[in-house]
This record gives sequence, C-alpha cells and structure tokens, in this order.
Amino acid sequence: MDFAFTSEQDMLRDTVARLIREQYDFDTRRKVAKSEAGWRPQMWAQFAELGLLGASFPESDGGFGGGPIEAMIISEEFGKGLVIEPYLQTVVIAGGFLRHGGSAAQKEENLPALIGGERLYAFAYSEPKSRFDLHDVSTTAKKDGKGYVLNGQKAVVLGGPLATHLVVTARTSGGQRDTSGITVFLVPKTAKGVSTRDYPTVDGLRASEVYFENVAVGADAVIGEVDNGLPMIEKVVDEAIAAVCAEAVGCMKILNEATISYARQRKQFGQPIANFQVLQHRMVDMFMAAEQATSMTYMVTLKLDEPDRQRKLAASAAKVQIGKAGKLVSQDAVQIHGGMGMTDELNVGHFFKRVTMIESQFGNTDWHLRRYTELSNR
Amino acid sequence: MDLSFSTEDIAFRDEVRTFLEKDYPAELRGKFSRDEYAKEDFLLWQKTLFKRGWGAPAWPKKFGGTGWTATQKYIFQEECARAETLPVPPFGMAMLAPVLMAFGSEEQKAHYLPRILNGTDFWCQGYSEPGAGSDLASLKTKAERQGDHYIINGQKTWTTLGHFADWIFVLCRTDPKAKKPQEGISFILVDMKSPGVEVRPIITMDGSHEVNETWLTDVKVPVANLVGKENEGWTYAKYLLAHERSGIAGVARSKKGIERLRQIASVELDQGQPIIRNPEFAKKISELEIDLSALEYTELRTLAGEASGKGPGPESSILKIKGTEIQQRITELTLEAVGVYGAPYFRGFPKDGDNQLPIGPDYAHLTAPMYANMRKTSIYGGSNEIQHNIIAKMVLGL
Repeated sequence: MDFAFTSEQDMLRDTVARLIREQYDFDTRRKVAKSEAGWRPQMWAQFAELGLLGASFPESDGGFGGGPIEAMIISEEFGKGLVIEPYLQTVVIAGGFLRHGGSAAQKEENLPALIGGERLYAFAYSEPKSRFDLHDVSTTAKKDGKGYVLNGQKAVVLGGPLATHLVVTARTSGGQRDTSGITVFLVPKTAKGVSTRDYPTVDGLRASEVYFENVAVGADAVIGEVDNGLPMIEKVVDEAIAAVCAEAVGCMKILNEATISYARQRKQFGQPIANFQVLQHRMVDMFMAAEQATSMTYMVTLKLDEPDRQRKLAASAAKVQIGKAGKLVSQDAVQIHGGMGMTDELNVGHFFKRVTMIESQFGNTDWHLRRYTELSNR
Repeated sequence: MDLSFSTEDIAFRDEVRTFLEKDYPAELRGKFSRDEYAKEDFLLWQKTLFKRGWGAPAWPKKFGGTGWTATQKYIFQEECARAETLPVPPFGMAMLAPVLMAFGSEEQKAHYLPRILNGTDFWCQGYSEPGAGSDLASLKTKAERQGDHYIINGQKTWTTLGHFADWIFVLCRTDPKAKKPQEGISFILVDMKSPGVEVRPIITMDGSHEVNETWLTDVKVPVANLVGKENEGWTYAKYLLAHERSGIAGVARSKKGIERLRQIASVELDQGQPIIRNPEFAKKISELEIDLSALEYTELRTLAGEASGKGPGPESSILKIKGTEIQQRITELTLEAVGVYGAPYFRGFPKDGDNQLPIGPDYAHLTAPMYANMRKTSIYGGSNEIQHNIIAKMVLGL
C-alpha cells in the first residue's frame, strides 16, 4: 500500500499546472467560452504536443504508459483552470471504450489520431427520458445486411459541437429499459443522417442534441460485444466519474483559495472578515470537505480495476462525497464572497456553476446513494 | 499509488490474526463490546503485547517500538478492531511517551518508558480544571518550589480512568507572575499514591464511571519529576495534543461498528421487514459508511505522508473532527435500529451465575448508554469547535 506519486507523476502535474497558469487564466477562459467557437483548437494541439492526451494510455496502445492516476492528475489540474476542451469525452470516455472493447483495427485507426489530437470524441448516451440510467436506451440500431441503421435522439451530448466522432449507445434488442440488448457504436459525426443542434451550457461548455435518422454504419462500427454493451458502458462511466471527481476537487481547491484570500482582504466593521469565527468555521468546513473529496477521488481511482461490484460501490461512494462536498464548498464560497460572489466578473461564480453541473453528471448524489445502498445490501 | 497489500503484508496480517486468536487473553474476550473492564485488564493486554514484542507500534525502535511500516500499523489496528480487543489507553502510550521522548531527561526516559511499554504503570492526564476547559491555559493548579520539591495544590477534573492510575501528568502554574496565561506553566509527573492526592468519581449520564475529579492538596513531588524546563510546559502540552494523530480517527473500530450496525439492522424488523430494507434507514447507513470511507483514505494519506518522512499533511488535522462525528453517528443509528429495546437499562447485568433471562436482544443492551457516552468524543481532546479554531489558524492561516 502506497499513496505517494512517482516523480513522473509529479512532473506531469507540474507540466499541466504551468500550462494552466500561463495560458488558461480566468479572463482568457471567459473570453474563449463566450467566443463563437467556444474552444481553442490550438490549445488541444498543445495538449497533444505535451503528451497529455496519451499520458493515461498503456504503451501497447501507443500511450506513455500511464493509467487512471495520470488521468486523475490531469483532470484535477484542468479543474483548476475550468478547461473547456473535451479531455473527459475524448481521452477518458472514448479512450476507455477503445481500450476495453476496441478491436485491433479500431485501435489502430483511432488511438494514434486521438493521442495526436486530430480526432475529438463525444459520448452520446443520455436521452430526453433516460435521466441517469445508462440502460434506459430507446435509440435503436437495427440490423441491416451486415451493418446497422441507427435512429433516435441523444440529449446534452457534452463536447458534441467540437467532436469529429461520436460514441453512441443504441438498442440492438429488447425493450427501452432492459439491461441487455445495448450495443456501443463509433460513428463519425459526418455520417449521413447525423444532425445536431449545438448550444452552450450554463458552465461554459458546449453541447449538442444529436439526432440519428437512418444512419447506416458497418458492423465494424460496433465497439465490444453486440447486445452486451452495458457492463463496458458502466465501467467506462465509472472511470469518467473518477475523472469528474478529480476535476471537482480542482474546482474546490480554487474556490477555497479564493475564499480565504478574499476573506483576508475584505474589511467590514473595521476588520478583515476572516477574523470572524463564524466565517472561520465555515471555511474550515469547506477545507475539510475538499480534503475528504480528495481522499475519495484517490480511492475510486485506485479501485477502477477491481471487480464490478467493488468498482461500482467505490464510484458511487466517491460521487456522493464529491456531490455533497461540491454543494457545500461552492455555496459557501459564493456566500462568503457576498455580492461579489454573485458577479459574472469574478471566477467564483464560474467554478460554482461547473461544480453544480458535475453533481448531476453521470448520476447525481441521490442516484448514487441509491446504487450504493442497493449494492451494499445485496 | 497502490492499494494492494504485498505478500509480506499479507503474511504479516496472518501473523497478527493468529496472535490475536491464540494469545489474546481468554478472560478479556468480549469485555470491550460489553463495556466492562478493570485496570488489570488493560495492563494484562499491554503485558501480552509486550511479551510478543508489539508493545508500542507507534514508538521509535530504540525505545522498544516495532519498526513497522505505515501499512503494518494500519493492518495491526484493523485486526485488533476486528478481534474486538480492548483498546490500549492513550495516556501513557500515546500522550506522555512522545513528550518524554522529545523533552524528558535521560533518567525519566529510562525509568518511565519501559514501565509503560511492559504494562507496569497506568497513567492518567491532569489537564482540565473546573475553570479551564477549552481555555486550558487559564488553569490555576499551583506548584510551588520548596527546596528539592514542588508543593502542588489545585483541582483537576475529567480525569479519565484516574481511579485506575498509578501516575498522573499534571499541568501546573509555576510562575504566577507570568505575563501571558500560556507562560509560567510546567509539566510535572505525580505519583497517585502521594499523600494529598484524592480521586472522586464523576458518574456520567450513561451511568458509567470513567472520569473523576482529582484533588491535589499539598502534594509533595520531587523536582526530578519536572519534565523539560520549568515554565515551558505549555509547549509540551501543545506538542502532546499535536502528536500521534494516526489512530485518533478510530477508523478500524468504526468499521467494526458499522458492520455490527448492519447485522442488527438486518434482523430488527420495521413494518415487518428488516429495517435495512427501509430506504430512509438504509440511506443513513450508506451515508455514514461513505463518510467513513473518506476518513479512512484521509488517514491513509496521513500515514503515507508520515512514512515518506514528509510528515503528516494538512489533511491530518481533520481526523479528530470527522472521526468523532462518525463514532457518534454509529451509536446514534445503532440505538435507532434497536427500537424499543433501547430503553431497558441493566449495567453490569446479568452477573456471572445469574440465571435470569436477559430482557430484549443482547445487541440492544447498552445501546442507549453507548450513544449517551459517545457524546464525549466531540468534547474531549480539544472540543471539535476548538479543532475548528486550530485548523483556521494553523492550516488556513486565518
């Protein structure tokens, strides 16, 4: 048992931290989020150049030999900069599907392009009525000759407008809420019959509603097993949960730093408000919440390769802890900043919004508390 | 970063497990969960550990420590909790010993440390006074120098297991003219058998006798019993409070407590079903268990920091607050789980040889007193509000 980072991992963190500090300051991020494109392709190219996109892939997949810990480090530092570009969707999620279910040909076609920054991916899984249930899939993929034809709508596909390719969950058999009969497809966004409605999200990202109308794909578009995609989807989503937990930890650390520094300089009643015990104790609670969230992020990251039940318990426990901690830290950060905390000009509100959205990403606190309870009482 | 145990660690765990199965004294079995224990029980357990060479896992090797890795210490704690052994009282082992190692004279180290290690002396703590609780530095107990002795007068309170103790370490005021309350305090070791030491029980709301008032009237103590320098006692007192954070969280014991709570909740009925099937109650257990998991990993981070030589990071400061909140919550939910049979109260009943049937399930026995008793945890060792103050100042720099 060991909780130390290797020197390579420390270096990776320093590299990402420096990049964020020097090229991802809050004002730049705010401008980019409000720009027409909503992201910086040259920033993505830089991520690739620095080796960030390949850091969490094994060498056998053309990566640099890392794994979930590298993804955690990058995600946490990206959280500190509120990074917009779709690292989660491309590296953690699409990369995860390719690692766990990709054929040799799929890996060969996709991984070098992914790691090199040429292909960007989005994960089209949620639907207008599925809420957080990964098995609630009404988008259909009907067998047609050797291939499949996809029809349906996917909701709030984060990174959709930026993506070149979509990872799509679709029903190849069974009813809407059956756990079997789900298959994962890799579809170029340029495929005939794919259309999107693109929009900004409240936390400064971009997303799409994605419509599939008689989209024909070959059998080689299937990632993993036909009809038995759910276990792989659950595994990849748990990996994504670990990454958003790390991102949230990065956000919380900035919120806490900002709040402490503001409380030291802001004077009321003739003294810094940091002198007031009622605020001091609130800031200690924020600090404790962020530390506990950090611990849980380590925990889930280190348990991603355990058997399904243990992995799911770990992911749900972490998501619950991060959800609660995120609410406490973000709400109190705004509160202690007072009126200033309400403004668009200050970074606090932007971190508040991102942390709030993370709470409901891949299942909110209630959903994960229920999954945890069901699994632990089984 | 890696969670797995090495083959050496697994072998060590088996070794600890075998030791606890074979060598944990038969007469002590079940005493911890029944909340009954005598001084001799604690000393017997310490003697048993000492005999095995495991008397002081947290001490440096040169004082008789085990030289275990952080992982081994963690495994040892886990296994003791699993076997429901008596805890090792912290007063000598975890509180006084580090102070003596850092500030005591060579004679003091040579005399007192082996006696703590081999289970000869039972220690208690003389800190709190009726007028000095959270504001500990306002303490009034006086030690006046007379030749080769101090004459101590004053009253200490909340002396945990003072009625068992052979010795007490006392914070005394040696310079009444000091400018600040924190100055002019000394750290003195007092033999409880000295004339003028009187221990009076305080019965707490759960009906147990754990704490005491300790009255000190013209108690004559050799100057050699002063630890470190006169008037520097506050530094040592703070060192004591900051030291030995690992273990304070009580993670291993709490895990066992939740396991027990789950067992109770799977047999206690609520609307005809095990109460663990009640979604509201099940949710409370889940939240508690998740909190404990976060605390466990926070403690592991602390252990890793200590092991790497960097020392515990800021995360270690939260162990006391979170650990005690969880301990309290476990007893609270256990009491909730047992329903009406939380009410019957029979401390020390049935006695040996008593052939009356107990009332209610065995596991319900003492759940309410335990719940009441555990309220102490957020008050002792620097109340959790004081812990907030400490973190605000020392960690956040507010």
